[in-house]
Amino acid sequence: MNRSLRLGRLRVGIELKQFFRDRESALFNFMLPMILLVIFASVFAEQLIGFEDVTFAQYFLAGMIASGILYTSFQNLAIAIPMERDDGTLKRLEGLPMPKAAYFLGKTGMVFAAYGAQIVILLVVGVLFYGIDLPSTPYKWFTFAWVSVLGLLSCTLLGLAFSVVPRQGRGASAIVAPIVLVLQFTSGVFFVFTQLPTWMQNFASLFPLKWLTQAMRYVFLPDGAQVVEASGTWDLGMCALVLGGWTIAGFLLALKVFRWSPRGQ
Amino acid sequence: MPAIEVRDLRKSYADVEAVAGVSFDVAQGECLALLGPNGAGKTTTTEILEGYRKADSGYARVLGVDPSQGDMDWKARLGIVLQADRDLGDLTVNEAVRHFAGYFNNPRDPAEVIHAVGLEEKAGARNSKLSGGQRRRLDVALGIIGSPELLFLDEPTTGFDPAARREFWKLIEKLKTDGATVLLTTHYLDEAEHLADRVAVIARGRIVACDTPAQIGNRAEGTAIVTWIENGTEQRESTARPTAFVNELAARFTGEVPQLAIRRPTLEDTYLSLVAKEDES
Repeated sequence: MNRSLRLGRLRVGIELKQFFRDRESALFNFMLPMILLVIFASVFAEQLIGFEDVTFAQYFLAGMIASGILYTSFQNLAIAIPMERDDGTLKRLEGLPMPKAAYFLGKTGMVFAAYGAQIVILLVVGVLFYGIDLPSTPYKWFTFAWVSVLGLLSCTLLGLAFSVVPRQGRGASAIVAPIVLVLQFTSGVFFVFTQLPTWMQNFASLFPLKWLTQAMRYVFLPDGAQVVEASGTWDLGMCALVLGGWTIAGFLLALKVFRWSPRGQ
Repeated sequence: MPAIEVRDLRKSYADVEAVAGVSFDVAQGECLALLGPNGAGKTTTTEILEGYRKADSGYARVLGVDPSQGDMDWKARLGIVLQADRDLGDLTVNEAVRHFAGYFNNPRDPAEVIHAVGLEEKAGARNSKLSGGQRRRLDVALGIIGSPELLFLDEPTTGFDPAARREFWKLIEKLKTDGATVLLTTHYLDEAEHLADRVAVIARGRIVACDTPAQIGNRAEGTAIVTWIENGTEQRESTARPTAFVNELAARFTGEVPQLAIRRPTLEDTYLSLVAKEDES
């Protein structure tokens, strides 16, 4: 146990170094929410979403933070791990006196640290350039924290499990990116959720991103804005339930399917 | 107790028996080279001993432990250099060696290891920028950083230039002097001859010969090969009595025999005939 924790910490450091030095991963998993925020908030700067004077930038920030959870955990791992399986990283680790738990702790730590840095930059950019309001009460900050933790945990575990789907590291991003994009379009990241067709809303409700986005709207929008939510409330209880469910499912799934060696070996 | 003991090891994939009853020992401090064509079962055998694969049947002990049951303490005593890896490209040599030292209780000094593999000048370079030979030396550095009692080297010098290969041999010899046992897999017979105390030739999943490089395949007692030029073409005679044969030859020519050469079969000659024999049977 001690060994797992000590080596897990060692791995967080090396994982972060590699995450930020790999230009594609740094751009695709880390910088993308900032880039999208700048583009969308600049294009739709003055537009309101139809409740009080909530700007699109404020609405969009919630979606970008929720997307950031998905990018740094699910998208990051589901692309990076198949590559590590191909290039010998995992095989090298298997031959070391390292409990396998240390590898998973390293990945999880990296995801949390990358996300932490990402929201700091997002909030600073949002506040400085787009007049975004920070969460107004301690309780909203608290919600921000638990939704982030539960979201990162569930999507990290799902990323570990999904890493067995791409057959080769090379093609992994072509499989993972469209899934993330579809979830974003159907979960109210790019559009106001209630303006989507009902079937699309129902589809998105099965997955974490819709609930993450909704909870982040609770954190960043005025309380009264819940009247424009699908159910007329923020539904934080349901959010906790869905994310908790995916965390358990992701844990069991990852435990069952995770592979250290490429297929056919 | 030998460092490695293998008895009648077997492993099949689908309907191919990759390892078909392999037995050998490697003594403590010894270097054994596994030679054999691609697909002969070298890597499968090695990977069973490293704990990556499970044998279907047979007996194996590596440092006294069944490799399929090896725990962390056991792994800490091994150094594994796998076939050509491409990982760690975004780190520098220095960072990689220092990082991997962190997995062991008694690692070597990272700076010393980088010096030993001759990568000081590249210590600050990204691993993705290293040449093939430099990259391989990094893999060796990572294999020896934990001061292993037993070192597995799977085709360690592929892509080396001749000078780099000689440097690498010196490094392995030094590790042996320090008491390490080495299981080497290689395609280079001069490398096996230089480094190995014994060589085992493996073909079609079986060991067809195992002896010192000088003795293997009756090499020492075997025939000598005499070559010379006669009637404008190269002539070749294998004989157990080379001195007598050259005397006869000298009598036939007046003066020098053109381009006369006598040589003992090289390890390569012996290896090729051993493997060819196995293919015929």
